[in-house]
Amino acid sequence: MADEMKMRATMQGDVADVKVRMTHIMETGLRKDAKTDKFIPAHFIDQIVATLNGKTVLDAQWGVAIAKNPFIGFRIKGAKPGDKIAISAVDNLGTKYGGETTVVAAK
Amino acid sequence: MVAIGTGLLRSGEVLAATWNKLAFTSTNVADAMKNANYGGAAESKDIQLKLPDIAENGASVPIEVTSHIPGTTSIAIFVEKNQNPLVADFELSNGAEPYINTFIKMSQTSQVRVAVKAGGKAYTQGKEVKVTIGGCGG
Repeated sequence: MADEMKMRATMQGDVADVKVRMTHIMETGLRKDAKTDKFIPAHFIDQIVATLNGKTVLDAQWGVAIAKNPFIGFRIKGAKPGDKIAISAVDNLGTKYGGETTVVAAK
Repeated sequence: MVAIGTGLLRSGEVLAATWNKLAFTSTNVADAMKNANYGGAAESKDIQLKLPDIAENGASVPIEVTSHIPGTTSIAIFVEKNQNPLVADFELSNGAEPYINTFIKMSQTSQVRVAVKAGGKAYTQGKEVKVTIGGCGG
């Protein structure tokens, strides 16, 4: 499960540019199984929260139309190198996902 | 204890908000926007959308949204012709810039509509994306 979330946060001026890639099927519930002709049940991340040093910066709700293995990029003004960014997410079946990274200076 | 007893809330500490089922299951964009609290949004050129003109694969269409409207507090993405148009709703706080980059699914060629909230008002901007191969398996 270690590779379920990849994160990177790099300073760009006074803004931290954050990129997050999660591993998730993001099944819509609209696809049919070719063998059984039955709909494959929906299985998707529906809520995701990002924090900077414990304070919420992003609080999102998702439907089924975020692409498989979700990517999200966002920017936080006022963040500094060394700051902690954490992500917690949950899917519609109640499975939780989390990740944390440290803001690094621009190269 | 009370909240958990109802069975409606998850125990996740930070994931406190209830998923907006009404908005996410709406089947046309007007209802979806209204139910996500973006009803009556005014067209605004201050919302900048970066989307391809043509998406070869509707299963993964890149979208980059930047709002230049001062005081933007949320960004929502809608695909008008998806079975359920609301894709995602992002609330921004504590220094988060009015910017979101992600990849979305499009079942067919459609207007992609973004709505933002700023100062208690809603604003919107759209762009058509032609889809060669649909991405919702429908």
